[in-house]
Amino acid sequence: MTVISTTKDPDALTLTLVAQFDADPDRVWEVWEDPRKLERWWGPPTFPATFTRHEFTVGGESRYFMTGPAGETPRGWWRIDAIDKPRRLEFANGLAGEDGEPMPGVEPMAGQVTFVDADGGTRMTTVTRFTDVEQMQKMLAMGMEEGMTQAISQIDSLLTPIPV
Amino acid sequence: MVVDQLTDDTADRVFLALGAATRRDILARAIRQEQSVSTLARHYEMSFAAVQKHVAVLERAALVTKERRGREQIVRGNVPMLRKAAALLDAYEQLWIARTTRIADILAGEEGSTT
Repeated sequence: MTVISTTKDPDALTLTLVAQFDADPDRVWEVWEDPRKLERWWGPPTFPATFTRHEFTVGGESRYFMTGPAGETPRGWWRIDAIDKPRRLEFANGLAGEDGEPMPGVEPMAGQVTFVDADGGTRMTTVTRFTDVEQMQKMLAMGMEEGMTQAISQIDSLLTPIPV
Repeated sequence: MVVDQLTDDTADRVFLALGAATRRDILARAIRQEQSVSTLARHYEMSFAAVQKHVAVLERAALVTKERRGREQIVRGNVPMLRKAAALLDAYEQLWIARTTRIADILAGEEGSTT
């Protein structure tokens, strides 16, 4: 079982996922650092990601786009806030405009990833922190599979006031 | 090994919970019954300004609404928004589980390969 646990905290708007891999931290780190490997897992198969820039150093930035089934290419960016190879990574992940540059007015989400030796492999913990629901929705809508997009539009109905 | 893992996992969870404990409590109270910031502040051993700051974070996340009524600021829990946040977290959970599964596949595919 790769995923050990997930913890969702709706009032703090955080998601924590703990996973166990049969590979040492150096190899798990590689799937984040090597853009060609990163591209193989960041987007779903129907929305593969292409990283055109990936600077894996503090203050370094990344630019990427995803390619959807209809040829649409939503764009995003990363900024590395902390790095301690192969133990810890902190990055901001936001939406980009048509020009590929960060979109003003949309806060990035914050990702914290740690890699610990465990059971002869690596335990990876990712914590994603969101600012607000609007940001969560905008970021999620990017590069989602059809089923997921429908699920998101259904989420809107949750905002309809419930008769008391 | 297993014991270490459990301890770490529990520690992570406790850490997350403690960090947000006050806000969680404020939110719970505001959902139960709308009330003023000063009424809320009476429940905590911290300054009015500190409580106000926690309320501001919740307000920014749209989890509560704040309305001025006379000299009071009334805080009310935004239940539909909280429900929406929970649904979005479910979607992100699925997204990260899928990503993690793909990472495991990549690592498994590398095993024994000479590249």
